[in-house]
Amino acid sequence: MTTKMVGQAVQRVEDERLLRGHGQYVDDLVPGALHCALVRSPHAHARIRDIDVDGVLDVEGVVAVYTHDDLTGAMAEPLPLLIPHPALTHGRTQYALAKGEVNYVGEAVAMVVAVDRYVAEDAVDRIRVDYEVLPPVVGIENARDGDRLVHDDVPGNVAAHLEQSRGDAEAAIVAAPHTLSLDLEVERSACMPMEGRGTVARWDTDSHRLQVWTSTQTSTGVRAAVAAKLGLDLGQVDVITPDVGGGFGVKIVHPWPEELLVPMAARALGRPVKFIEDRREHFISSAHERGQVQHVDVGFDDDGRLLGLSVRFWHDNGAYTPYGLIVPIITSTQLLGPYKPDNYKVVFDSLYTNTVIVTPYRGAGRPQGVYAMERTMDAIAAYLGKDRAEVRATNFIQPDEFPYDHGLTFQDGRPLIYDSGDYPASLEKLKALVGWDDFERVRDEARAEGRTVGIGMACYVEGTGVGPYEGGHVHVETSGKVKVSTGLTSQGQGHQTAFAQIVADELGVPFEDVEVVTGDTRRSPYSVGTFASRAAVMSGSAIALAARKTREKALRIAADALETTPEDLEIVDGVVQVKGAPASRIALGTIAVLSNPLRYAFDEASKSATQFVVGDPTKPPVAEGEEPGLEGKDFYSPPRSTFASGMHAVVVETDPETAEITILRYAVVHDCGNLINPLIVEGQIHGGVAQGVGGALYERMAYDDAGQLQNASFMDFLMPYVSEVPRTIEIDHLETPSPLNPLGLKGAGEAGVIPSAAVFASAIEDAEGFPITSMPISPSELHHLRLQHASAAQARPTPTKGPTP
Amino acid sequence: MSIPTAPTGTQPTDPSTGEVLHEVRLHVNDVVHEVRLPARRLLSDALRHDVGLTGTHVGCEHGVCGACTVLLDGDPVRACLVFAVSVAGQELTTVEGLARPDGTLSPVQRAFKECHGLQCGFCTPGFLTTITAGLRDNPEPTEDEAREMIGGNLCRCTGYQNIVASVCRAAEIGRLEREAGA
Repeated sequence: MTTKMVGQAVQRVEDERLLRGHGQYVDDLVPGALHCALVRSPHAHARIRDIDVDGVLDVEGVVAVYTHDDLTGAMAEPLPLLIPHPALTHGRTQYALAKGEVNYVGEAVAMVVAVDRYVAEDAVDRIRVDYEVLPPVVGIENARDGDRLVHDDVPGNVAAHLEQSRGDAEAAIVAAPHTLSLDLEVERSACMPMEGRGTVARWDTDSHRLQVWTSTQTSTGVRAAVAAKLGLDLGQVDVITPDVGGGFGVKIVHPWPEELLVPMAARALGRPVKFIEDRREHFISSAHERGQVQHVDVGFDDDGRLLGLSVRFWHDNGAYTPYGLIVPIITSTQLLGPYKPDNYKVVFDSLYTNTVIVTPYRGAGRPQGVYAMERTMDAIAAYLGKDRAEVRATNFIQPDEFPYDHGLTFQDGRPLIYDSGDYPASLEKLKALVGWDDFERVRDEARAEGRTVGIGMACYVEGTGVGPYEGGHVHVETSGKVKVSTGLTSQGQGHQTAFAQIVADELGVPFEDVEVVTGDTRRSPYSVGTFASRAAVMSGSAIALAARKTREKALRIAADALETTPEDLEIVDGVVQVKGAPASRIALGTIAVLSNPLRYAFDEASKSATQFVVGDPTKPPVAEGEEPGLEGKDFYSPPRSTFASGMHAVVVETDPETAEITILRYAVVHDCGNLINPLIVEGQIHGGVAQGVGGALYERMAYDDAGQLQNASFMDFLMPYVSEVPRTIEIDHLETPSPLNPLGLKGAGEAGVIPSAAVFASAIEDAEGFPITSMPISPSELHHLRLQHASAAQARPTPTKGPTP
Repeated sequence: MSIPTAPTGTQPTDPSTGEVLHEVRLHVNDVVHEVRLPARRLLSDALRHDVGLTGTHVGCEHGVCGACTVLLDGDPVRACLVFAVSVAGQELTTVEGLARPDGTLSPVQRAFKECHGLQCGFCTPGFLTTITAGLRDNPEPTEDEAREMIGGNLCRCTGYQNIVASVCRAAEIGRLEREAGA
């Protein structure tokens, strides 16, 4: 009997090539291509008076130079606004090359194409741009003041204003026995994949076709954009996503200027052209995320039950809004987490600043929302002198309340309805895992040693697997090998392994015989992309459905050949056999031969499928309603998102003198429905937690008042090394299957990073005894908070009630 | 133009850029590659674009991330901080040279596969070379020493949990192999 593969910790099939150095990332492809380098704005806000490219073409090795003046047709128009929304009344996007104005340091102004990157950079240095420097808008407060404008025609720098509500939050707060207000801040960070952006394109002058390889999270999206911008038919453009060195959200944005400029130049020059982003470019010309200022008003009863919750926040969207309002909409809706305030109102402004654009980074607005909600839960617990876990439990949606309708609209335009979950069970697991109820003893023991420790917790719910759809294609070759394709892309999630596990089970074939291709428009022209923890849910489901169709077809053909009915057949290890009589059998590869009636034989196997050998001469060789070939194709399009959930706890120690924050324990309870591959899911959690540690304790985008990013290198932007992450991440799984898809899956990709800012703020507050309202927090900032609270305590000697766990 | 061009024509120049080229013998994974390079060509670029071994990846170009780490006479170096012309004649080992001559994965490579020590794989070559040298110098590291061994390499995917596990597992595989060989 075939071993069931789904649910097994199968080793990844990707690893063999990656470990040998045989991966194929975009810069490994098309050797000999010309290379691009970009002139980028050195100013956060300026008018371009003149660009002098004279003499650049005289540099030996330079092939071409482009400014906006050289762009024609749709290329000369602004880049697409990918996700329009009625509330985005003042959406703005940049040009592929700046036209008259620049709005952030790093914005593309001109492009040089040369024989190699060295020469291209030499030439970039010789381009003279005459700027009239304008006053920049940096930071949410300056943007909100509206004294200076990023875009002259956007009053108050407000790109969008959106309100959603359920019930009457303001009235409920006024009527509540207790009320609190919180002012909170979260700073910027960024995805920062180890491989930056990169694109290489080749125009085939013989067939008039364009091939583009790009490090993207959506090959079909790039294909559509390139075709539209270059005035090509979709059928003339292939976009192939090779191995991608991490994405985390930044590569879902498309088309990046270079994703258009490179194909444009390749076509114009008739030679392959490549752009490989360097690290400084990634800091100043790719996307950031997270920056928000939040104000929370909450009314609650004696048990800490939320009666009314009103949230007002201001979201820094950077200089342009190509990705619409996805991030703040997610903040505003996913803020609710596992809780059910009857009365909720949220209002946000999405604001322009003269900084790099803000688009989804793993978690995509959820970390900020969870931070607002969980800071509020902790504040309520502190105010009432209650256990923080108990206050949370009081507010949980209960297992028998699913599906739970929040009465709001989610990021996909669909109602925010949670499909399934068991939050009380998660909390019990977390408390047991981290020793929540025993922590006072731990605290006392530490205190006796002169050490200060604190514990925090944070809960989240994550809408995963948003539509509109993904597809799967399963093809059994006459060798019995199974070739699978899905259109969304991979950037380290092990899709080739996980999807092969699904096909092995659904079709009944050996795992080793299944080969999966992702992100290739030649194989899968209809697809959306990899984001929002959607790959397993969307493509996993589509591939399962396609495999089932393939199986049905195989059984139909086999039933004919074995003179039985499909119901009496099973597929085991790639062989169709009669149940209970396995000697009566036929290999899937042979069925593939039979499925394709041939006129011409080209090998031994195909001889057996020629017209003089097979088929009833009185019937058409291909039966009515059938197609030749043993393959199946299907799409999965869910009615709405599925909602994964989880809870994290962290124990920290804060140094009494240096204010250094050390992680003593980190515990995760995670519910992503049924697991396909626990090894991969745990890897996703590990990586998310590490990024969360970075975002909570180390990473920030240090813009100065002039809009210069002061820490645009790995020397200065403090990404965690091994020395900064927890030694162990304790994980417990809960599997609450989703009723919305055939495998009961929920997404797992982003979960690890979502509650990080909240859980660290909770633990540091618990250790220090004063509120933590701004994240990330450095030792220096913690030190200054201590000084502030010490002097405030001296001035007002009555001690306030500290938070209790 | 700022880059040096040949003043006298005694040295070869790049026909498309006019840059002076230096004839260099690069010894990579026990194979000698005779290449002509401008003096400013980084070792990382020379390995990738002139020798054609693209397994060495470039993550930051300022020596911080460690993705481009190769072994120079056995010691880890950041190939993005080394001029290729400066290592002529020295022994270089890249990720492509880590597997056994018969093609089987080295203990470090096997450990990464078993322990899910990689996700996107971009930083992985630098970890593999670094750990290969680390375990040669310290075949039986404690967990602290394993963490120290990889303390200079950045990974954005794995949270390092399974990379530390891979170091420990690679040491174990090495120990078993030594015992089997003894």
